[in-house]
Amino acid sequence: MAATSQRDEWKALGDILAIGAAAFLVILGLVLAVAGADLVMKFHGCLLLGASGLALLYMLAQFVESREPADTSGYADGVIRAGVIATVFWGVAGFLVGDIIAWQLAFPVLNFDLPWTNFGRLRPLHTSAVIFAFGGNALIATSFYVVQRTCRARLAGKWSPWFVFWGYQLFIVLAATGYLLGVTQSKEYAEPEWYVDLWLTAVWVVYFLVFVATIAKRKEPHVYVANWFYLAFIVTIAMLHIVNNLAVPVSLLGTKSYVLYSGVQDAMTQWWYGHNAVGFFLTAGFLGMMYYFVPKRAERPIYSYRLSVVHFWSLIFIYIWAGPHHLHYTALPDWAQTLGMTFSIILWMPSWGGMINGLMTLSGAWDKLRTDPVIRMLIVAVAFYGMSTFEGPLMSIKSVNSLSHYTDWTIGHVHSGALGWVAYISFGALYCLVPWLWHRKALYSQRLVEWHFWVSTLGIVLYITSMWVSGILQGLMWRAYDSLGFLEYSFVETVEAMHPFYVIRAIGGLLFVIGALLMAYNLWRTARGDQPVDATDQPSVAAAPEFRPGEYTAPAE
Amino acid sequence: MAKKDANTPEEVGTTGHEWDGIEELNKPLPKWWLYVFYACIVWAIGYWLVYPAWPTVSSYSKGFMGYSQRGQVAKDVAASQADKAVFRDKIAAADMEAIKADPELFNFALAGGQAAFGDNCAPCHGRGAQGAFGYPNLRDDAWLWGGTLDAIHQTIQHGIRAEDSATRMSMMPAFGKLGMLNRDQVADTAEYVMSLSGNSDDAEAAARGKEVFMTNCVACHGPDGTGNKALGAPNLTDELWLYGGDKETIVETITNSRGGIMPAWAGRLDPATIKELAIYVHSLGGGQ
Repeated sequence: MAATSQRDEWKALGDILAIGAAAFLVILGLVLAVAGADLVMKFHGCLLLGASGLALLYMLAQFVESREPADTSGYADGVIRAGVIATVFWGVAGFLVGDIIAWQLAFPVLNFDLPWTNFGRLRPLHTSAVIFAFGGNALIATSFYVVQRTCRARLAGKWSPWFVFWGYQLFIVLAATGYLLGVTQSKEYAEPEWYVDLWLTAVWVVYFLVFVATIAKRKEPHVYVANWFYLAFIVTIAMLHIVNNLAVPVSLLGTKSYVLYSGVQDAMTQWWYGHNAVGFFLTAGFLGMMYYFVPKRAERPIYSYRLSVVHFWSLIFIYIWAGPHHLHYTALPDWAQTLGMTFSIILWMPSWGGMINGLMTLSGAWDKLRTDPVIRMLIVAVAFYGMSTFEGPLMSIKSVNSLSHYTDWTIGHVHSGALGWVAYISFGALYCLVPWLWHRKALYSQRLVEWHFWVSTLGIVLYITSMWVSGILQGLMWRAYDSLGFLEYSFVETVEAMHPFYVIRAIGGLLFVIGALLMAYNLWRTARGDQPVDATDQPSVAAAPEFRPGEYTAPAE
Repeated sequence: MAKKDANTPEEVGTTGHEWDGIEELNKPLPKWWLYVFYACIVWAIGYWLVYPAWPTVSSYSKGFMGYSQRGQVAKDVAASQADKAVFRDKIAAADMEAIKADPELFNFALAGGQAAFGDNCAPCHGRGAQGAFGYPNLRDDAWLWGGTLDAIHQTIQHGIRAEDSATRMSMMPAFGKLGMLNRDQVADTAEYVMSLSGNSDDAEAAARGKEVFMTNCVACHGPDGTGNKALGAPNLTDELWLYGGDKETIVETITNSRGGIMPAWAGRLDPATIKELAIYVHSLGGGQ
């Protein structure tokens, strides 16, 4: 009895803290909305005011009603369902903007000569939408799912997971509207200004606390490998984000700030951040996803525990050194370039360790590639991961880089990782999660998954092959000399030569968008509870755990 | 000992852990994986010995080869300059006609001029030197400031209305804007200008315009309207227009004037390159 009342006290304290925090944010939003030094800050103050005001009202209503406490015995899946919806929404939006800017590159008239629709503003909108909005929501949602299941513990905190979710959406909206209105600190993949960075830091710290507290109260003796990767992702992204975004605001009420670093130090910090955003956001985080959904969907054990230990630690240790390979043949000192390049080469096998563990987990069950398009998506994702983590070290070699740098080859490389690996592993996880989370017996249509797979695979192939050709062509044209030692081509001729490949790339991107729309439709019909059209074709693991024959479902606590 | 290709829990055993139904096989590291990993590390260590690699307190390890990227660039640039030095020194020393007369020098200058044109001139004059609105076509016979080798050379060196004491300078007055001519006079003059190339169908207005022309425009464009290269005054009789030859555009030109700017390239490009550019532009078809 005493224990129960103590627990109730803690819960009440949590409620009061949450309400207090929301009230503080309401005041902060009000101050910025009224006293903001520029229009964008006022607008963003209004957004903060609106978001925190709604949160405050909701929590107060819950608190005042003091209904019977909600059932907190099972897993906390509401926030994950919200995360799944956000992932699909931002994914489609981000892919669409990406394809729009691809068409802009092929046909510049599509910039419409307006500041808000200019390539320069839409490009960071695209990269942030796909990496942080789509990828970030996928990571947060799946990490909340995986950490609960593999720890047999309910997600820690009552309001905190929801703060992570909504706070992260607010970050996305602040960043995206800022870009469109011309607010940027001009650091690639770190464009949001200082105040948006601070907001993300607050959200991220709570995310870390929720994740660690859930692991701390686990009912399993060991921490599963997926959680190592998720935790490495959360911790390292916090460090990268804070260090790279250190800046001095011009005014505490204004949007503009100046970055703390300058010159080559700024470039090095930026690419230490940029490359490790790839390493820890787009690799470590999604490997966490892979380590749960591949064995779960294939119903096979992980290929090698030892390999997962060795490749985890080697990946974590080596990735952090590789950033300087983005700055070959620049003012960066020779020695730093050398370290960046050599550690990128050493990184090859640690990266492939994850690929081997993912692919070989399917050994003995290869037939599932034929029968289950969701498994196929997950495994093709791992294959793309392997391909781009071979291509990356290759491109980090200085003599290769002198050809590939600043060309479309880099864009193709990024997208074989982004579309092939990050998006496909997320699509696979989404196709698993929606029936599981909405308690459905199967996906609405497995045939649509097949269509999604083939349409978007064709899109990816068009994308990366056209960028290989155009990138290498571009690199060769830039360095072509005539017999007398003069440059063979003017720059504008090399731009003109890219045109057909830009069109092919944009068509590939369009196919990828169409695939994502098929997925959105399919997942929506599944979540809505429509009768599956081909349930008998689907593996039993497609169903929510309670519908699987003879399935042992681990209780929450 | 498990079979080499054993992959099931029964054959190789698991670590004994289980999370939400997921188990882990107790497989060793794949041998090829481990050896390639080691090989990459060994290769990296070798690379560190050969090239600049590790920072020290106040310097860095230089490597056995004594390689430095800056040194390499300096060497490459020097080698490229040395390759061209024979021709470029001669071009720098020779006058324009002499360059044109020597087939070897001429060929070299054409190649160098084309390369320099693509990166410096094409943004305004077009990749094929075909020009654009406000930017002259360099392939035709119409030259504002002269189409001889020396005239072109002079223009490239010092520019037009540029920040250069020897730049080519002239300014057409904004007759309408400054109130020197009223609207009707401007319209009539435009009609007359059109008649010079046979494009007017209002002889009366053109006749009135001729009077205005003869008082206000002859000084630069000449009594017959064929222009004056010393002043950069265009020939108005040739049906070639920089800004357009329809009435509306000519009215606009007379009202507000025109005055395009071309930068002075002396100081930005070396003298030999400027000469090469002049040879190249002269060769495009309109050179005089």
